[in-house]
Amino acid sequence: MNPYYQIVKEGLWKNNPALVQLLGLCPLLAVTNTVINGLGLGLATILTLVASNGFISLLRNQIPDEARLPVFVMIIASIVTIIELSMNAWFHDLYLILGIFIPLIVTNCSIIGRAEAFAARNSVGPALLDGLMMGIGFTAVLVVLGGMRELIGQGTLFSQADLMFGDIAKNFTITVIDNYRGFLLALLPPGAFIGLGLIVALKNVIDARVTKRQTAKVEASAEVATSS
Amino acid sequence: MAIFRMSPPFLAGTNRVTIQMLQVIFAMIPAIAAMVYFFGPAVLINISLALTVALLAEAILLKLRKRPVKPFITDGSAAVTAILLAVAIPPLSPWWLTVTGVLFAIVFAKHLYGGLGYNPFNPAMVGYVLLLVSFPLEMTTWLPVESLADKPLDLHSAFQLIFYGQTNAGWVADTVSGATPLDTMKTQIGQSIAPAYIVNQNLFGSLGGLGWEWINIWFAAGGIYLLYRRVISWHVPIAMIATMFVLSGVTYLFAPEITGSPLFHLMSGGTMIGAFFIATDPVSGSTTVKGRLVFGAGVGALTYIIRVWGGYPDGIAFAVLLMNMLAPLIDYYTQPKVYGATK
Repeated sequence: MNPYYQIVKEGLWKNNPALVQLLGLCPLLAVTNTVINGLGLGLATILTLVASNGFISLLRNQIPDEARLPVFVMIIASIVTIIELSMNAWFHDLYLILGIFIPLIVTNCSIIGRAEAFAARNSVGPALLDGLMMGIGFTAVLVVLGGMRELIGQGTLFSQADLMFGDIAKNFTITVIDNYRGFLLALLPPGAFIGLGLIVALKNVIDARVTKRQTAKVEASAEVATSS
Repeated sequence: MAIFRMSPPFLAGTNRVTIQMLQVIFAMIPAIAAMVYFFGPAVLINISLALTVALLAEAILLKLRKRPVKPFITDGSAAVTAILLAVAIPPLSPWWLTVTGVLFAIVFAKHLYGGLGYNPFNPAMVGYVLLLVSFPLEMTTWLPVESLADKPLDLHSAFQLIFYGQTNAGWVADTVSGATPLDTMKTQIGQSIAPAYIVNQNLFGSLGGLGWEWINIWFAAGGIYLLYRRVISWHVPIAMIATMFVLSGVTYLFAPEITGSPLFHLMSGGTMIGAFFIATDPVSGSTTVKGRLVFGAGVGALTYIIRVWGGYPDGIAFAVLLMNMLAPLIDYYTQPKVYGATK
């Protein structure tokens, strides 16, 4: 199989940082109460992942093996600081909402995990792609979970989109259920845990179905082979 | 054909789940009758609704989990969960409140953890806390007892309130609702009114809250019946009641301005149903003898602490769930010594 295709598949589905590795749960659970919050944090994480994977892959032959973890952390911290300052400058309102979770991206285990597991052992091209795909996989879960919680919690989607896309996005908000009473639990931390649990369960169900179908196909072809 | 000859005595097993659960339901009947007497027929509508939803959800979940439906649906555990939840929420709750709570209790708290016997938390209380956290307004809209209500409700208007939100006469739940005694106690202590004065209002009876004292007495009577039939053991309820009594007694002695009397706390809110019917859940509670004493004491202490210093007027549900979390730890440290074994 094409190695690049393999990287894409690992990041988006098979080894998804949020659903399979269960890494970075702290931001994942804390800020996903709306789609926009999830998307904002997801984009910041993608940027961090791509940049850190790129730099670490470039420097992998210079970094002494014994001191690699502190070096990784310093590189990641510098990148996150740059992103934090930029968000503070250009998306100030969103920055205020995401608050502490932007600097906390430094401690998101999936970033140092990818640095150690992938970037430090591969050349720049695959490392960048891996960062991008892992980031997109993570962001997808953030957005889906954010959407679930926003829909159940307050009956809307894309509320406060203007924080991210400027004034034109003021009317992006879709009110799915009119006069909704609100379901506070979905917006509170327990809602995040329950929601993530349901998404992980859904992924496992889909995987089980796919495996079952594949084994059935293999058996069928084996039968054809023996009978012919 | 082989014929198996069985020898007497032929005794019916008394420790089957179905029999135990039916005993629990039977023991709740007098208290439920008292609730109907004090709060009107809305209680019965809630219970029927909760029962229907619970049994349907149970059947669907069993089917989805590929478990035999009939033996599990007739074991009565879902019915007990439904009844406990239905009597815990306010009688005039809108129908979706009951449905949400029951569904969450059966689907999430029970079956996602593996069904009866595997749930780490008491399903009814999980449903209750979900509702309390998500819909604080509806969950604190209780009815005053019937003799205090200026607009007593008949079955028809109760039905309309629950399912349509208002009656023909245009009443909404707010028109007929009022604060519970525990609620009043908490708010007025917050306004620094002495508890000794507070209990002189017509909302309070001679023991606890007016009406509530009878409901608590009947729940206690049902509990004693369960003790007599050995469905539950005495450890949890006695430990819980004694702890609440001692804690509130000491506090009442030294700081009477912040707490109702011990008797008031035992005879108000959900104390007795909590002690005899909720904290005694054999699945989610402690299983060792010493552990049950610790478990009950913990529930009693936490309930009292939440009532007096917490943000909610009653704390049974939170106390039970918190102690459920500790139950495995308590069991671990209270393993009885095996006879003949040395450490």
